[in-house]
Amino acid sequence: MNGGADLGGMMGFGPVVPEADEPNFHAEWEARVMGMIVALGAAGQWNLDQSRFARESLPPGDYLSIPYYEIWLRAATHLMLERGMITESELTQGRAITPPAPIKRRLAPADVPAALAKGGPVDRPAGSQPAFALGARVHTLNIHPESHTRLPRYARDKTGEIERIHGHHVFPDTNARGEGEQPTWLYKVRFNARDLWGERAHPGDHVTLDLWEPYLRPIA
Amino acid sequence: MHDHSDHSHMSEIEARVRALETVLSEKGYIDPAAVDAIIQTYETEIGPRNGAHVVAKAWTDPAFRDWLDQDATAAIHSLGYASRQGEHMQAVFNGPGQHHLVVCTLCSCYPWSVLGLPPVWYKSPPFRSRAVIDPRGVLADFGLSLPEGTAITVHDSTAEMRYLVIPERPEGTDGWSAEALAGLVNRDAMIGTALADAPAPQPAQAGAR
Repeated sequence: MNGGADLGGMMGFGPVVPEADEPNFHAEWEARVMGMIVALGAAGQWNLDQSRFARESLPPGDYLSIPYYEIWLRAATHLMLERGMITESELTQGRAITPPAPIKRRLAPADVPAALAKGGPVDRPAGSQPAFALGARVHTLNIHPESHTRLPRYARDKTGEIERIHGHHVFPDTNARGEGEQPTWLYKVRFNARDLWGERAHPGDHVTLDLWEPYLRPIA
Repeated sequence: MHDHSDHSHMSEIEARVRALETVLSEKGYIDPAAVDAIIQTYETEIGPRNGAHVVAKAWTDPAFRDWLDQDATAAIHSLGYASRQGEHMQAVFNGPGQHHLVVCTLCSCYPWSVLGLPPVWYKSPPFRSRAVIDPRGVLADFGLSLPEGTAITVHDSTAEMRYLVIPERPEGTDGWSAEALAGLVNRDAMIGTALADAPAPQPAQAGAR
């Protein structure tokens, strides 16, 4: 979607300001949110792409101004309300009122190391050959879905070149809509910076994006 | 843990997070001890030291460097750094005339398994918006100016591939052990907003050779 999260090429945010010796968390609540959201992954009530879509669906003004872990908090809260896992009254009163919804699994403390080590690989067996070969010229779609996509605005309707074939990966656009993983080929596509940004870009510079086959069309 | 910049907001959000954690615990969705264990892992076990080890090995072991180039996932996992947000890896190698910079314009994709949790600037709009359109301006914000004629490739992490920049090995480190070299590999050098540190004038004192 063309939401507040699709930031590539936007202007006006000022300089990048690194913080020396930055801690992982700037407040205890940030650590709790990170830990809770990671732990909730085991409950299996949403997938990675639904989670990303919930975050990018925040109103742009909010997305651009709240702390990053508050984006996580608000998106996860939305997902749990939407699925009937929690209610507004429970959040207001800070206690469980309704019976719990069934979940796949509650992550036990002893299982944390194994769960973190396993992560969530998204490569899937392939039943087809990649449509594009290394070095092939491809053109990206000009699409503006209101649902989730990982083709950023700045790279739509642009021409690039296949630099690498990463593998056969879950397709986020369908997965976020609950239409299944529909795995497909994932490529590293290399664009001349000038093809994206015009004359302002340095002539030798490139930008690469990892793009799935359905985003790409062959160039004759 | 000590942010007084917006106290009322912080109190409000702390209360909200506490209420949510209570509800989720009472309903049996999470175990607070598991949340503690997750936080503890990233506070103490998983961080940029992992990535520095990978880089130093690439600098000192040509066979490992080749493996890293061809199959970074397997090469990095072989060192024991297989975990969440490092399931699928690619290493990109800086060299004469070529510099790499990693960003996630759409969210905050970052190689947790080798670098730990991302810094705030990496997740924030100034970096995410500008890295792709004005990489040289972003590097200038970090005090980094590349030689004339050096090209930049920016890697926008739009899928589940996670990128690790292998910076150039600093001059004056011939014969250094991988362990000593790892001490020169700072986190930002593995994102591409910095170079590896120059060796101190008397490297022998840092345990080299």
